[in-house]
Amino acid sequence: MTDLPLDQRTNFPVVAAAPDAPATGAHSGGWYRWVSTVDHKLLGIMYMVTALAFFLIGGLEATLMRIQLFVPRNAWLSPNVYDALFTLHGVTMIFLVIVPVQLGMAVYMVPLQIGARDMAMPRLNALSFWLTALGGVLLYLSVAVGHPPQAGWFAYAPLSLPPFAFYAGMDYWALSLLLIGIGTLTTAMNMILTVVTLRAPGMTIRRLPLFSWMMLVDSFLILFAMPIINAALVMVLADRLLGTHFFKPVYQGSAVLYQHFFWSFGHPEVYIMIIPAWGMISEVIPVFSRKPIFGYTFVAMSTVAIALLSFGVWVHHMFTMGLPMVEYYVFSAASMLIAVPTGVKIFAWIGTMIGGSLRFTTSMMFAVAFLIQFTLGGLSGVMFSAVPVDWQLQSSYFLVAHLHYVLFGGAVFAIYSGFYYWFPKISGRLLSERIGKWHFWLTVIGFNGTFMVQHVLGFHGMPRRIYTYPDLPGWPILNFISSAGAMLLAFSTLVFLWNLYWSSRYGKQAGDNPWEAWTLEWATTSPPPEHNFDAVPPILGRRPLWRAAHPQAEDVKAHYIEEPRLVAREKRLLDWVSDNIPRSGMALFLASETLFFVSLVAAFIYYHYVPGYRASAHQALNPLRTGLYSIALFASSFTIWRAEANARAGNNSRLHGWLLGTIALGATFMAFQVLEFVGLCHRGIDITSSMFGSTFFTLVGFHGLHVLAGLLMLALLYGLLAARLLPTLKRPLATLAIYWHFVDVVWVFIFGIVYLWGAL
Amino acid sequence: MGTPLSPVSPQADALRTLILVTVALAGFIGLLVTGLVTYAVIRYRDRGTGAEPRQSGGNRKIEIAYTLIPLGIQCGLFSLTVVTMHRAEPTTTNRPPDLVIVAHQWWWELNYPGAHVVTANEIHLPAGKAMLVELRSADVIHELWVPQMAPKMDAVPGMPNHLVLEADRPGEYLGDCAEYCGAGHAWMQLRVDVQTPQDFEAWERGQSRPPSLATGLAERGRDIFQSRTCIECHAIDGLGSRGNVGPDLTHFASRATLGAGVADNTPEELDRWLNDPQSLKPGCYMPRMRLTPTEVVDLMAYLEGLR
Repeated sequence: MTDLPLDQRTNFPVVAAAPDAPATGAHSGGWYRWVSTVDHKLLGIMYMVTALAFFLIGGLEATLMRIQLFVPRNAWLSPNVYDALFTLHGVTMIFLVIVPVQLGMAVYMVPLQIGARDMAMPRLNALSFWLTALGGVLLYLSVAVGHPPQAGWFAYAPLSLPPFAFYAGMDYWALSLLLIGIGTLTTAMNMILTVVTLRAPGMTIRRLPLFSWMMLVDSFLILFAMPIINAALVMVLADRLLGTHFFKPVYQGSAVLYQHFFWSFGHPEVYIMIIPAWGMISEVIPVFSRKPIFGYTFVAMSTVAIALLSFGVWVHHMFTMGLPMVEYYVFSAASMLIAVPTGVKIFAWIGTMIGGSLRFTTSMMFAVAFLIQFTLGGLSGVMFSAVPVDWQLQSSYFLVAHLHYVLFGGAVFAIYSGFYYWFPKISGRLLSERIGKWHFWLTVIGFNGTFMVQHVLGFHGMPRRIYTYPDLPGWPILNFISSAGAMLLAFSTLVFLWNLYWSSRYGKQAGDNPWEAWTLEWATTSPPPEHNFDAVPPILGRRPLWRAAHPQAEDVKAHYIEEPRLVAREKRLLDWVSDNIPRSGMALFLASETLFFVSLVAAFIYYHYVPGYRASAHQALNPLRTGLYSIALFASSFTIWRAEANARAGNNSRLHGWLLGTIALGATFMAFQVLEFVGLCHRGIDITSSMFGSTFFTLVGFHGLHVLAGLLMLALLYGLLAARLLPTLKRPLATLAIYWHFVDVVWVFIFGIVYLWGAL
Repeated sequence: MGTPLSPVSPQADALRTLILVTVALAGFIGLLVTGLVTYAVIRYRDRGTGAEPRQSGGNRKIEIAYTLIPLGIQCGLFSLTVVTMHRAEPTTTNRPPDLVIVAHQWWWELNYPGAHVVTANEIHLPAGKAMLVELRSADVIHELWVPQMAPKMDAVPGMPNHLVLEADRPGEYLGDCAEYCGAGHAWMQLRVDVQTPQDFEAWERGQSRPPSLATGLAERGRDIFQSRTCIECHAIDGLGSRGNVGPDLTHFASRATLGAGVADNTPEELDRWLNDPQSLKPGCYMPRMRLTPTEVVDLMAYLEGLR
C-alpha cells in the first residue's frame, strides 16, 4: 500500500483514478440542464425539492384539518372538503413525500457511498424521477378540475366505486398512483443494479455502509410490493371505467378481496418508508458518537428479516372484518414477531451511543428524538398486534397517533437528521446550527403536542376521519391541544425553510468532511464534482476514511466469517450481473411482473368459486381451439432463440428471417386472441357480463397487452437493424428475449388455469 | 362516548384486561428505552477532550439477549391474546340472531326478528342477556363500535358478521361508526339503551304495535308525508311503504335523537331538520324538500304522534 503514489490533495494512496468524464447531459446552464440531466446528483436534488414542495402541500392539508377540529361541531369546512383533505394528505405524504425524498437521498448518496460514478442506469433514473413528479401533478389536477379523491388514501371498495363514487377524483387517484408506482419500481431496479455492480474495488457486500445496505433491501421490498397495488389499481379502474365487478358486492364481487390486495402491498409499503430512515439513523448515530455501529451484522440481517416478514402480516389491518379466527391467530403472531428485529435496531443504536463521545449537532438531536418517538410508535403498534386491543382501538385516534409517531416522529425526524447530515455534502455549506436548534425544539414540541394527546382521544372513543365531533366529555379540550400543537408544528416547518434559505446564502463552508465521518461520500469535495471522485481511497473495511486516518490501527473486528465457497459463488453471480446489466435489469423487472400476474390470477381463482362461474367459463371457452393457436406463441419462443443465436454469431441475414418469423408468430397469436374476444362479445359475453367476464378479460387482456408490447419492441429492433442504425442486436435482443420467454411462460400458466382447470 | 376502560360486558371486560396489560408493557419498555437514551445522552456527551472513545463494534452476548428477550415477551403476549380472543367472540352463531343491524349511509337499521320490530339508530337491550347480533351492510363498509360493550365489528356488504351485545346493568351507552363511509360518517352515532328486562319487554311491545291513528293536523301531516314523497325513502307501518333509503319512522317520536345522533329529537330540531336537513347533517341523502311552513307544522304534528 505504501508503494502507491499519493494523491496531492487528499493524501490518500491513488488506487483507482476515475476516467475522464464523458458528457452526461447538456452542459448549457439553467433550467435546460436540470430538465435534461441524467446525473444522479442533480436528479437526487430534484427528488428532494419536489418532495419538499409536496411536504408543504400535505402539511397545509393537515393544518386545515386541525383548524377544523379546534372546536366541536365546527361548520367551517364541509365534510366533502374535509374528506378530500385527509385523502390527499395521506396520498401526498406517503407517495409524494416520504418515499420520494428517501429515494432521492439514496439516488444522490448511494453511488457516492459505494465509490461509483453514477447509478447503473442513468437514463432510467431520470425517467423514474419524471414519472414520480408527473404522477404527483396528475393527482393535484383532480383538485384543479374540482373533483379531488375523497375515499381515503387506501380507498376501500365499494366506497371508491360507482355508485358511491362517480366523480373522476378516484380515477385520478388510481392513475397517479400507477404512474408514481412505476417510477418507484424503476428506481428500485436501478438501485439494486447499482449496489450489486458498481461498488469500488474492495467494497464487498459485507462492507457496505448501512444506508446503502438498507436501500438494497428496501429496493427488493419495492420490487415485490408495488406490483400488487398495481394489480389492485388496475382492477379498481376496470370496475370504475370498464364495468367489471371485482370489488362490487352487489354483483358477487368482494370488498374483502380489495383489502387483501391493498394491504398485501400496504404493509410492505410502511416498511418501504421506514427502512431508508433506519439507514440514515445508522449513519448519523455512529458518526456523532464517534464509534462504529453496535452489532452491524444483527442490524443488517434484522432488516432482511423484516423485509421478508413484512409480506406476512397484512391481515392485521383487517382484524375487525370478521374473518376466521385462525387467520387472526397467524397474523397476530407474525405481527408480534416482526417487532423483534425492529427492537434489535433500537438497542443497537442505543448501544452505539453508550460508551461513545456524543456530539449534539442538529442532525444528532433529530436522531435521538427519533429513537424515543419511533419506539413509542412501535410500541403502540405492538399493542395493535394483540387482536383484542385492535378490536377496540383500530380506526380510532389511537391509530392516528400510532401511525404519526412512526411516520412523522420516526421517518420524518430521521429524514431531517439525514438532511442536516448530508446537506453540507450536497451544497457545500453547513446548515445553521443556531436556526437548526430552533427548528428541532419547535418540531419536537409541536409534534408531540399534536399527537401525544391523540392516544388519549382514542381511548375516549373518537373515531378517525370525522370532519367534526360532538361535545362529548374530554373531546373538545384534547382536540384543542392537538390542534394547538399542529399550529406549532406547521410553524416549525417554516423555520426549516428559513434555515434552508439562510444557509444557502450565508452557511459556513463545509469542506470535504465536516463531521469527521468515515464513509466514501466524505472522500470527495462538497459538492462532489460531476465524476464524483478524483481518487477512491482503498477499501479495506467498513470505514475507509477511519482507516485512512488511523493507518496503524485495526478497525473493529468484523464478526463475520467469509466462507470461501460462498464468497466464490457470490462473486460469480455478482460478476455475471455486472457484465449483463440490461439482462439483469430485465430479470428484476420480470420478477416484479410475476407478482402482478400472480395477483390477477389470484383474483381469477378466488372468483372461480362464485356460483355460476364455472358454468359460464365452460360455456364460453374452447380450450382446444385456444390451445392450437397458442402453439404459435410457443413456437415464437423457438424462433427468438434462433434469432438470438444468429445475432450472437453476427449472422445478420439469417437474423432478419428469424426476427420476422417471431413477429409473425406473435402477431398470429394476437390475431386469434382478438377473434376469440370478438366472438365472445358477439355471444353477449363481454367484460361486464359477470364475474367470469370481469376476471377473464382482465387477466387474458393484460397478457395480450404484454404480447403486444413485446411485438412493438421486436418491430422496433427489426426496424433499427434494417435501417442499419444498429450494427448488432446482440445485447438488446438478449434482453428482449428474456421478456419474450417470460410472456410465453405466463401464457402456459394462464392457459392451464383459465382454459383447462377453470373451464373443463 | 364511553371508553373501552369502563366495560359493562364480559367481552369488553376481557378486552380491557388485555389493553391494560399491553399499556403496562408498552409503558415499561418505553420508559426503559427513554431512560437508556437519556442516560447515554447525559453520561457520554463529548466533553471536548478530543479523545476517541473505545471503538467497540458490538457485543455478541448482548445482541443475542436483546433479540431473545423481546421474543420471549412476544410469545407471552401472544398466549394472552389468544385467550382474550376466545373470551370476546360469540360462543355460537348457529342460532337465529336476536337483532339484525343493517348499516346504511349514514344510519343504522335495527330489526328484532323475533318481535317483528323495525327501528333505527337506538338499540334497546335487556340487561344481563347476551344478544346475538347479525351485522350487515346495505352499501359500503361501516364499523360498529360501542366501546363499553363489545369489540368493533365491520359491517361488510356481502358478508354478514356476528357479535354479542350485552351489558350487566341498565344504562345508556354510545357507539359510533368507525370506518369511513362517506360524507355523513361523522354523524352515524348509535345509542344503546340497556333496560331492565321488564322495561325492555314493554318497549318491544310498544314498538311492535302499529302507531295510533292520525287525527286533525296529524292526518294532514300524514297526507303530506305521502304526497310530498317522504314515503319513497322512509317506511311507516300502515302506509304500505317499503322505502329504506332513510330510517323507518313508525315510532319516530319514541327516539331520543334524530339524524343518527346529530341532534336531539325536540320540536326545534325537528323543525330545522324538516326545513333543511343539510344544515344539520351536510352530505346526507335527504334533500331540502322545500316544504312550506304550514306543511312543516302538519308534518311535525304527524311525526310527533308516532310513538
